[in-house]
Amino acid sequence: MNYNWNWGIFFQPNPMGTGTYLDMLLSGLALTLKTAALAWVIALITGSIVGVMRTLPSKGANWFGFAYVEFFRNMPLLVQLFLWFFVLPELLPKAAGLWLKQLPNAPFWTAAIGVGLFMSARVAVQLQAGIGSLPRGQRMAATALGLTTVQGYRYVLLPMAFRIILPPLTSEFLNTIKNTAVAITIGLLELTGQARSMQEFSFQVFEAFTAATILYLLVNAVVVTAMRFLERWVAIPGYITGK
Amino acid sequence: MLGNFDFDVIRRALPYLFYEGMTFTLTLTALAALGGLVFGTALALMRLSGLKLLGRIAGLYVDFMRSLPLVLVIFWFYFLVPYIGQWLTGASRPISVGAFASSLITFIMFEAAYFSEIMRAGIQSISRGQPAAASALGLTYAQTMRYVVLPQAFRNMLPVLITQTIVLFQDTSLVYVLSITDFLGAASKVAQRDGRLVEMYLFAAIVYFTISCIASFGVRRLQSRIAIIR
Repeated sequence: MNYNWNWGIFFQPNPMGTGTYLDMLLSGLALTLKTAALAWVIALITGSIVGVMRTLPSKGANWFGFAYVEFFRNMPLLVQLFLWFFVLPELLPKAAGLWLKQLPNAPFWTAAIGVGLFMSARVAVQLQAGIGSLPRGQRMAATALGLTTVQGYRYVLLPMAFRIILPPLTSEFLNTIKNTAVAITIGLLELTGQARSMQEFSFQVFEAFTAATILYLLVNAVVVTAMRFLERWVAIPGYITGK
Repeated sequence: MLGNFDFDVIRRALPYLFYEGMTFTLTLTALAALGGLVFGTALALMRLSGLKLLGRIAGLYVDFMRSLPLVLVIFWFYFLVPYIGQWLTGASRPISVGAFASSLITFIMFEAAYFSEIMRAGIQSISRGQPAAASALGLTYAQTMRYVVLPQAFRNMLPVLITQTIVLFQDTSLVYVLSITDFLGAASKVAQRDGRLVEMYLFAAIVYFTISCIASFGVRRLQSRIAIIR
């Protein structure tokens, strides 16, 4: 292979004047984590609401949940980001559209909201499955005890369902982190984006991508380990994963 | 607002969008699904082979691929494949690989990791008596897999495999980062040339949505049919 390896490149100053190339990649990592964190909060909140709606004894709520999930699941994430970023400001009234276009950090907010809503459909499906996996008696017992529907969900169904779906939620969280890389297309300089621009500035393709790869693997390992602790901590006694 | 929505720009772009763009997207999806299935099955067999080292290698590969974003993998292979080609052919400089070949290799290698997990679940879902009966009949390992285990595993997992292919179909849009003319790439090129981002991106969204919706509806029907037979 006639490729000029230069692992020292990471400690050379980057052309943006923001420190070394390594600093550049680390700032990308920070942005990846920030975007993913906000996206995950959005995904969890909206996903939980939609997931609950799909299990409510109401035709309208079921239908809305179904339509919501199908809408966000049947379009590529990239296309959804383009819709939020390029199309939405044009469809809004002029003033609102202009405000949206001039928003500082527009790629960040678009990416966080876009990825968040995209993932919320997946969270909703998981939660629906989690609630569905509970014995019917739980819901009935809640009603028999005189709990309202809201109380039944709050105190009986959701605490069980969330703990059951913790493992699939972990992988959805990892997917959220990975999916923020798609936002490179709307100009978000997250980890993949920074690796790409490092490659363009320095021509050290493989060093840049190797570093990004290692950082992604590290993040993955940290999340998996942390979630395993969480799983053990909230495990339900009596279930296979319980104590 | 939608007042100056220009339908004509879509109509004029239709041949380009579908003959160039959609053909690329669908060919890439089909070939990548096929290749991913073959490699994925091989990986799954490696993992379940009982040979420690082989299983370790396959497991590492799957975990590695699954913890990286697809965009990064696309970039990796885009730059790496010419060097691998050089190494394989012994050429004096990195060989140039076309956009299609490069993205096809990327998607096969990437999807193999996901298909292998599906096939592993499929193989494990088969009751132990089946391979036991096969070896009682004197079938070799290869024959057991070929005639007994894999056909059933494949059939049981068919809905999941197709669902994964729908995901793959949507993911192929990410070749956009290499400025390749797939369906979304074609739409985006027209959008930028004519300054018609709203029309083209909305249209692209509707097309992706319609195809994926029809396909996942098909999967649901298939699932209920399989469920009745079993």
